[in-house]
Formats: sequence, structure tokens, C-alpha cells
Amino acid sequence: MKYSYFPGCSLKGTGKAYEKSFLAVCKALNIEINELDNWNCCGATAYMSVDEMKALGLSARNLALAEARGLDLVAPCAACYGILIHTWDDMEKYPQRGDQVKAGLDKAGLKYTGKVKVRHPLDVLCNDVGLDKIKEKVKRPLTGLKLASYYGCRILRPIATFDNPENPRSMDDLMEAIGGTPVEYPLKTKCCSASHTGTLPEVGQQMSGILIREMEKRGADIIVTGCPLCQFNLEVFQEPIRKRFPEIRPIPVVSFTQLIAYAFGLGENECCFKNHTVPVQKVIDEKVKPVAAGAR
Amino acid sequence: MENKEEIRIGFYVCHCGTNIASVIDVASVAEYVSTLPNVVLAKDYKYMCSEPGQDLIIADIKEHRLNRIVVSACSPLLHEPTFRGAARRAGLNPFYVQMVNIREHGSWVHEDRAKATEKAKALARGAIGRVALHKPLEKRRVSVNPDVMVVGAGIAGIQAALTLAKAGKRVYLIEREPTIGGHMAQFDKTFPTLDCAACILTPKMSDVRSHPNITLLTMSEVEKIEGFVGNYKVTVKKNPRYVDEELCVGCLDCIDQCVFKQGKFADHFNLGLSKRKPVYIPFPQATPKLVVIDPKACLQLMTGKCKQSCVDACDRGAIRFDQKPEHIQIEVGSVIIATGYKTFDPRRMPQYGYGQYENVFTSLEVERMVTASGPTGGHIALRNGEKPKSIGLIYCVGSRDNRYNKWCSRVCCMTALKLGHLVKEHTGAEVFNFYIDMRAAGKGYEEFYHKMLEEGIHFIRGKVAEITDWAMTPEEEGHLVVRVEDTLAGVVRRIPIDMVVLVLGLEPQEDSREVQRMFNISCSTEGFFLEKHPKLAPVSTNTDGIFLAGCCQGPKDIPDTVAQAGAAAAECLALIDKGYVEMEPMTSFVVEEECSGCKTCINLCPYNAITRDDVKGVAVINEALCKGCGVCVSACPSGSIKQNLFEDDEIFREIQEVLAYV
Repeated sequence: MKYSYFPGCSLKGTGKAYEKSFLAVCKALNIEINELDNWNCCGATAYMSVDEMKALGLSARNLALAEARGLDLVAPCAACYGILIHTWDDMEKYPQRGDQVKAGLDKAGLKYTGKVKVRHPLDVLCNDVGLDKIKEKVKRPLTGLKLASYYGCRILRPIATFDNPENPRSMDDLMEAIGGTPVEYPLKTKCCSASHTGTLPEVGQQMSGILIREMEKRGADIIVTGCPLCQFNLEVFQEPIRKRFPEIRPIPVVSFTQLIAYAFGLGENECCFKNHTVPVQKVIDEKVKPVAAGAR
Repeated sequence: MENKEEIRIGFYVCHCGTNIASVIDVASVAEYVSTLPNVVLAKDYKYMCSEPGQDLIIADIKEHRLNRIVVSACSPLLHEPTFRGAARRAGLNPFYVQMVNIREHGSWVHEDRAKATEKAKALARGAIGRVALHKPLEKRRVSVNPDVMVVGAGIAGIQAALTLAKAGKRVYLIEREPTIGGHMAQFDKTFPTLDCAACILTPKMSDVRSHPNITLLTMSEVEKIEGFVGNYKVTVKKNPRYVDEELCVGCLDCIDQCVFKQGKFADHFNLGLSKRKPVYIPFPQATPKLVVIDPKACLQLMTGKCKQSCVDACDRGAIRFDQKPEHIQIEVGSVIIATGYKTFDPRRMPQYGYGQYENVFTSLEVERMVTASGPTGGHIALRNGEKPKSIGLIYCVGSRDNRYNKWCSRVCCMTALKLGHLVKEHTGAEVFNFYIDMRAAGKGYEEFYHKMLEEGIHFIRGKVAEITDWAMTPEEEGHLVVRVEDTLAGVVRRIPIDMVVLVLGLEPQEDSREVQRMFNISCSTEGFFLEKHPKLAPVSTNTDGIFLAGCCQGPKDIPDTVAQAGAAAAECLALIDKGYVEMEPMTSFVVEEECSGCKTCINLCPYNAITRDDVKGVAVINEALCKGCGVCVSACPSGSIKQNLFEDDEIFREIQEVLAYV
């Protein structure tokens, strides 16, 4: 299995743990990941609302780079993934606009036909690799650990390609495959407010607080995400959120690939648990029931 | 067979008001056609189908000794019979008339006046060329079997069967469930009068059972149908009830004595809200009142190991574990399809939490609960048995939604109002209606809506976004929360509620496509059976002698269903009382001298109309079965099969003339 890889700014910065663990998990599963050369900012949400054509152009440039390689493009950051899928969809639905963008790319010596598929790692792991293969690799099952899988707003909205946007299962299934116990709660795709936290903290903290409170109420030991923005937002603002929601206790927030890496028996270099402000290893040590030797 | 008489053609082009004339220059079409060979006269007229239009043709035939007529107008589906009739009244064989469709194939689909006019001229020239070669043909009459089969015994099938039986006709009523009654038997009250559904339905069910003219076949499905209007041969598969229908008197002793002391299996009639034993009766007024044994639950039928206490309990010896499916052959002249609907599966909308939150119910479940003889004895209760203090009714679940079903299911607004009234009456709970638009178009429906508005139940206009169970405030704790945009107040609301009722839309039956194929009728894209004409032939289908009634044709309420069932019965009666049907003569025939008897055509015929005469060594086509599809004509290696009205020289001449113009 081979994929092109679009890291975006997050996975090179605050989402470093996501990148490292994602690449390590892929390696363990014999998946070849090739980072795009010379990729540019995905455009995420900010550009789109300012100048749609330019935003589409920027995003389509990345798609064109990927198309030249002829492989599916994996974008682990939900914001990148969302915008790339949006661009692909927009150009399919509105060919006139698409042609304008293509003409722009043409001037830069790039070609885009719409062939390239944009994929999220959840999709790749669940549907290309399959849960059975994942289960086979598990050396340290997370037995006893209660995980709240949080999909956020962008992975399945507005365009859902691999899971149900109202009641997604893919991350829960993966967490179950590595031995964890998924926590059922109704807010799996509710916005975490990452984009509000900087500008309207009172709104942002209210939204994040509701999420964390609900997950904890239903017994979650740890929050798992597929988006570096959600991960960052839900983890680092827990202090101020607690002023509004005093019942919230500190809860680790990690990327799902970090836990898979851990379950595969990989080391701190790949799991990156030390990259977090809320201790991760401590919760795992407390909650995960040791497996009898030779059980697996 | 070259026709020796002089060919004298009359050509008429219709304006159809402005339908045709606004796009096609009809006068120039007539002028052009008048220059063609054999054309005696060419005229244009405002409405050819009107009586003066027809009289024009009749007068011209007589005055100008016309022996061929070409009418350029609408689709022959609409007015070919009209113009053929006019020819016949003037003493001319009706098959000397040819139509050219310049409306559906012309003015309605083209904008360019010049090009559309050119096309009309070319098509007219083709028809003028072909009509000269037409031969006189006669329609054959075939007698009509007066017996009728009604498929499905819900209120539609019951009404149709009773109407026919009352008129003295024999009816075979086929129902696949163990009892008749359909969905209506599951309802408590009916809107807008709030009269008891059972009280008005069960007398009709008994009438069906006791009527000497009705042969009721329950647990039965149509497996095969052959033949044609007036003469259908049907194979019905009757599944085993494991009870002798002649011997069982419905005393229910066997149920009491079943080795299962308690009900254990989901009771479908109550939508799984109660449990039944393997031997059961669907509901107290089930008709026929006979027990039935579920082969997927009965120990004896599944494992062969049971002490069979039901057999001992039955002093009439009616239990029959050895029953096998039976095949029953019946012959009928016409068929009414009344196979009904199914409700939308709310699990397709995870945002409404059906199957996830235990206190989310469907409208049918609540319908059963509110019925005195239902699973809760008429009590509205949450799954834990408590009485709800607040109830929310969500309208349009699965209807009017691009993601699920686009259509309006027509009955749900009134169903919801009715349920709102009933649950309020039963529980005193606070009732919320979440609706998109209130559709109350039936007789007395708007008045019913206004009555409900005054009953102190809440109406919130907005499509519910989701039903969830996370509490934002302490008041919401322990309740379901309905999130909805209140479009009249312009706010997004969260309303804590104990019990949510999803008012389900109506869909075609799961196997509607199979039924459609078997009866050779059409379906609309959504899967409801297609009527022949949405306005003027609403109960007919494209297959003669097959009629539709009830929700299999589209969602409708009980009054409309009953009216439609009556109309379908009337169509059958019209067919029966006429006594015969006329068969179109455009069938295929074999030129015996040229046929080698190779049998190629026999297997290709979709209607099994061809056999081989082994004595003469030639194919023989049964004209009564031939539908004139032309498959055999094109497949015959020696070209020895021909088809009336579509003989090679007629078709080639038409093509030649059209091409000669272009």
C-alpha cells in the first residue's frame, strides 16, 4: 500500500505527536507514505471566507501535486482533509469554477483532472488495511481503558466519504480493535470550537467544556481525536474551561494513532506521550489491565 | 399484395390550440403535404380531436372518396382511437389511418420554429408513404373471464373484493399474512373523526370471510401470472399454516397448552412491543380466526423434538406439522393489486436515536400502545413502565427530505395530530408537535387541526435537528432533548422530553419491484406502482386488466384508499359486463411456406405465444397471446414472420420517405 501524504502546518507543529505516531503506525503496517514535495498551506477555513477562488486555487495546487504522483492523498489533519475534499467536490459540482482553477494551475505548469482521492487515516486504516490486520499487530492491548472517540466537525462534514456523519463508528472500531472500550456519547461530531477559542474564548470554552464534561460523565478515561486542532484545543484549555465547568477533571487528549502505536508496542519516540500537558502514560498505567503473559 | 385500387390520401394537421401551432407552422406543413403523390387534400385545423375536427374527416372521406387518412397531431396513445373511430364511422377500415406525433415529438420539445416545421414535414412525408401500403385489419374479440383476483387484503383489497362480490362476481382475495386487515387493523382511532378503526374495519373483515363469492387465501402469494386481459392464469403459493383451516375453530386451546408457558417471540402485529408463543393468533379479531404456527419458533418444526402438547389440546386434530406449501391454480379475467406500503425505517436517521434511546418510539408503536387490546392494554408508557410527563411528536420522519424520501407521505400530519390528541387524553402529558408544514388538505382535516390547536398541545414549526440525551442544564438531566430550530420564533431550542414519537413516512413495500415485474406493470422511480395516467386513468396500469388500489400506488389516507378501491372494482366490472375485449390486430403471423421450423423464435417470445406444429414443421403463433412486440419478426432467420401494421415494406417506405425529405 502506497499513499502520498499531505502533512499541513499542524502535523509539523503542535500536531507533531500525530505525525510521528501516524508514520510509525503506517511503517508497522507496511504502508509506504510519501510526503508531497513543495506542498503549500491547505487554506483551511480562513481563506475560503475571504477569497474563494484563491482558496480553491491554493488547495487545488496540492491536489495537482498529488495527482502527478498517481497515489491517493492522505491528509491526517481534519482541517486539511476537509478543505481538500471540499475543493475536489466543488470542482466536480461546479465545472465552470473548476475550469477557472484548472486554468490557473495550468499557468503554474500543473495539471488537475479530479482523479486523485483524498483520504483520512481513519478511512485508510479501517477500509484499506482492515481491523483484522490491526488486531494482529496488537502487543499491548488497551484492555480496560475507556476511550471517547471524538471525530470533530470536519472529518465527516459536509462531505462524508467513509462513515456516517450522524453516528460515526470508524474510530470507535479502531479503538475496540486495539483492546479499548469505546464510550458511547452523542456529541462525537459536535464542533469543539477550536476556531473560536482564540477570538471568542467565552464561546469556545463553553463548547469545549460541554464536550469534555459529557465524555467524562460517561466514563471516559481518555479522549481520542483524528484532528490536531481538536486535540490541541481540548487539551490545553482545560484550566480556563474548569472555571466554567468545575466538575471537569484533567483528562488526556491524544491522536488515535498514538494509542495504536502504543498498542503495537512502539516506544515513546513513536507514541510521543510526553508531548502532552495532561499526562497520558499515568492514565494508561492506572486503567489498562495487565494481560497475562502469553495471552496474546 | 399490391393494392390495385387508386390511393386517395387525406392529410390533416392539428394546431392543438397553440400547443403545436405556436412552434410549428402548420399551414406550411399542410401546403407541403398537398404536393405529395396520392394526396387528395391537406388541411390544418384548430382541434382535430374535437367533434367538428372528426366530422371534417368523415365528410372528406365521403365527399372525396378518401381511402387513407394521416393526422399530424399529438401522441397516438391519446387520439389514435379517436381518429380510427372517425374513419370507421365514415365506412373506412380504421387501420387505414396513420398518426404523426408532432406535439410530444415536436412542438413540446423544440424551440426553433423553422427546424421544428421541417421535422414535421419530414415525418408527415414518411406517414404518407407508409399509409399507402396499409392493409385493412380487423380487431379480434376475446371473451372476458368474469372472476377477479385481488392481491393484498388491507382496507384497499377488502373494499375492492366486497364491491365485486356484492355485484355477484367471484373474487379470489390473496393475502400473504395469516390474517386480513393490513395496517388499518393496527390502528386505534382514525382521523379526523376519531372513530375506532377496529369498529369500522372488522365488520368488513367478517363480511369478506362470510361472503359466498369471495375465496379468501391467506398466507398466500402470487407466484406466477400468465395470459392477457380477460384471461389470466395465476399460480398462487399457499404457505403452510401448520393448522388445518377446515378443522380449526379458533378456540385457542392449543395456545394455552403450548410447551412455552409464556410468550417468547416478538409479536410482529404489536411491532415487538409484546411477546407471543410459537402458536398464536395475530390479534383477537384476526380473520380468518385461525391459529398459526411460526416455523422459526416452534420446537417441533425446528428440531422435531417437542412433546406436542398443542396436538393433545386440539380435540379436532387440526394441528398439521406435515403441511407443505401448496400451489393453487386460478383463472381470472382481471386483477386488482392492493399490496400496500411499509413505513420508513427510522434507523436510517441515526440523529433521531431510534434503537439507541429506548424512549424514542415510532408512530405505529404508539398506535399499538394506545389501543385497548394492544400490548400495554391501552396505556402509554415509557420502556420502564412509567407514564411520560412530556411527549414530542416529530413529523416528516423520512419524508420530504432529499437524503431519504423526497415525497410527502400525505397521512403523517393527520396521524400525528390524532396521536397527539390520544396521548394527551391518555396521559395528560405536555405534548409538543414538531412539524415542517401542516398539511391538512382532506375533508374535515383543517377543522381537525384547529380543534387540536385549542386542546392545549404545543406546535413548534421546524425540522428537528437531533434527539440526544446529553443535558446542558440540570432540568434536562434524565430526559431526551429535542434540538430544533423554531422557525416562527427564530430561535434554536432545546426541549427536554420524556417520550419521542417519530411519525414515519410511507414507502413502497420491500418487494414492490418483484411484484411490478411479475405483473408486467410500471413503477415510478421511488417504487410506487405507476398508474396509466395520473389524472384520467388513476387506477389502470399499462397492462390491460391489471388495476391498482391503495398505497401501493402512492401514499394515501383511508378515505382515498377506499375510493380508489371502489374505482378499481368498477373498472373490473366494466370489463366483465362488456364481456369481451378487443385485441389490437398488430400481431405477428407466420408465412408457412417460408418457415423452416427452426424454433429460433419459440424461446425468444416473452409471452410464450409461439409453438411448433410438428406435423407441418412450422411455427404457430397464438394471436391471443401475441402482444406484437416484434422480437420474433426480427429474429426469424428466413424472414418468414411478419407483423401486421409493421411489415417490412411499410417500415422501409416510411424510412425512405423521411430520408428523402431530409
